[in-house]
Amino acid sequence: MDAETSERPAQDILKQWSGRDLSYADKVDADLHHRVSQFLYREAHLQDTHEYDAWEALWTDDAVYWVPANGADTDPEREMSLIYDNRSRIALRVRQLKTGRRHSQTPPSQLARIIGNIELLQSEGEDIGVACNSQIFETNLRGDTMWAARCCYRLRRQNGMLKMAFKKVVLVNNNKPIYTISFLI
Amino acid sequence: MEVGLHSPWEKLIRPGMVHGSLYSDATIFKEELEKIWFKTWVYVGHDSEVPNLNDFVTKSIGPMPVLMVRNQHGEINLLLNRCPHRGNAVCVQDKGNRKSFTCPYHSWTFANDGKLMNYAFPEGYAGTDKSGLGLAKVPRVASYRGFVFASMAQDGPSLEEHLGGARRTLDQACENSPTGELDLSAGFLRHRARANWKFILENECDGYHPAFVHSSIFSVADSAIGSLYGNDAVAVTRGFGNGHTEVDPRPEFRRRDQPMSWFGTTAEKLPEYTAQMKSAYGDKRARQIMIDGMPHVMIFPNLFIAEIQIFVIQPVSAVESIQHVTAIQFKDSPEINRRLRQQTMGSVGPAGFLLADDTEMYERNQRGLEIRSPEYLYLKRGEHRERRDDDGFVVGHSTDDLPSREIWKHYRTLMEAC
Repeated sequence: MDAETSERPAQDILKQWSGRDLSYADKVDADLHHRVSQFLYREAHLQDTHEYDAWEALWTDDAVYWVPANGADTDPEREMSLIYDNRSRIALRVRQLKTGRRHSQTPPSQLARIIGNIELLQSEGEDIGVACNSQIFETNLRGDTMWAARCCYRLRRQNGMLKMAFKKVVLVNNNKPIYTISFLI
Repeated sequence: MEVGLHSPWEKLIRPGMVHGSLYSDATIFKEELEKIWFKTWVYVGHDSEVPNLNDFVTKSIGPMPVLMVRNQHGEINLLLNRCPHRGNAVCVQDKGNRKSFTCPYHSWTFANDGKLMNYAFPEGYAGTDKSGLGLAKVPRVASYRGFVFASMAQDGPSLEEHLGGARRTLDQACENSPTGELDLSAGFLRHRARANWKFILENECDGYHPAFVHSSIFSVADSAIGSLYGNDAVAVTRGFGNGHTEVDPRPEFRRRDQPMSWFGTTAEKLPEYTAQMKSAYGDKRARQIMIDGMPHVMIFPNLFIAEIQIFVIQPVSAVESIQHVTAIQFKDSPEINRRLRQQTMGSVGPAGFLLADDTEMYERNQRGLEIRSPEYLYLKRGEHRERRDDDGFVVGHSTDDLPSREIWKHYRTLMEAC
């Protein structure tokens, strides 16, 4: 059995895709939950209808947009992610889409997404932590694709509005080979 | 047109013309598995993915998974993940560290060199010789500068013979690292494409497409790539034989004479890396390496080194493929490694500024083949201006179809072999 004990522990396959435990808010402020929900629905429809400028305007100046690969809690400073954008790279992503020559989005994906299971997290300083799921139906020249993700946000109040300081999208199949995903996820 | 195991290859593959069925016919795909993927040398993985004794990682040879294991003696073995008893998988993890693998079905246990150690209730196997019941091993495994290749054939050319002149590009890649070693341990993005693997292979050294497929990103980001693939470019394409091809941008970079111009930056902006390089190679040699930069080479049939990342091309079926991609990092050079990773994540993978659009092209090409006419694809660009370089390798303009012609020449040789 010493062969067993000398080995490093196996990865916890469940934790690998579900991620570490989140700290959910103890009490849910109904008004805040409503406001956050409305914000997430607005972001969803801006993405579904490819309103790139309006979507970009939702981000704070120090924003991070992260779509990890191969698990939920990988280290983006060490491991490959599908997207790991700072604010200027978010702007570049939008500028590329707006050229009209981003071939994988010409014609654009036709999309409808459902945002659900919206839960507030314990606040991190001034920011509002949110967890939700999203399920996205995409159809494009290749065919139909279903996407499913568990998302986390940090939202910030700025001039009476909510903005995104951080968005993380954990595709539940991010450890498998996946088709091109060039619409805004 | 009828194609099959007795296809007339000379009709399907003509000089500068290839038949569309080569990209879509399921019978041809099966024959490719036997004559290419399960016969010639294919790239499997890199030393740095299994740094410690007993590390393993799941890799592949063609559509078939293999376990790349550094066994208890430090040797790299490639084990086939199929229990000899009833065919179950002895490991379902992507990676980890284990001295042994136990089949969950009847608890047969194998050492990480493949040997059968024991089975449950051994009385039922009284008198059985265990030595013939181990996990199958890939017959030939060889590595060059940390790149591990495998061949499912018992005999054949050595890896060095197979790589031939393309070895220079692997040396060139390693030289960009101050330690001479690369690190490919950042994990892979896996990008699925509904397209034949050869569309991907041919695109890797196709210098004709970037100006059009990637014009969206070139027009909004500072990129030095565009000038490599214009009509006036001095970069060349080269065929090394055995289907290996490269785009060699060094003539352009030597004209610029600016260290790190290949990476779109300057030596001053990477002071730690520059100091490491000077200390490893001396000022003069370091400067030349940093001017020439990383290679852009497609090692037949599945290893593409695209300057700062490697792609491993995996065929799944005649019409489905996977591109596995990760950042190349230089061992112990954190300053430049962060930029290598950041640039890789921006460019490649399913959401990449570049590869999403390349992959869109592969899939559109594939669908185009459902249209019956013309039957052949046309690969004659630059045929009239092919020449030989000082080493005797065939070279052309960076926008020519020379890499495709070289790939098909070798492909035909392999497919015609018995």
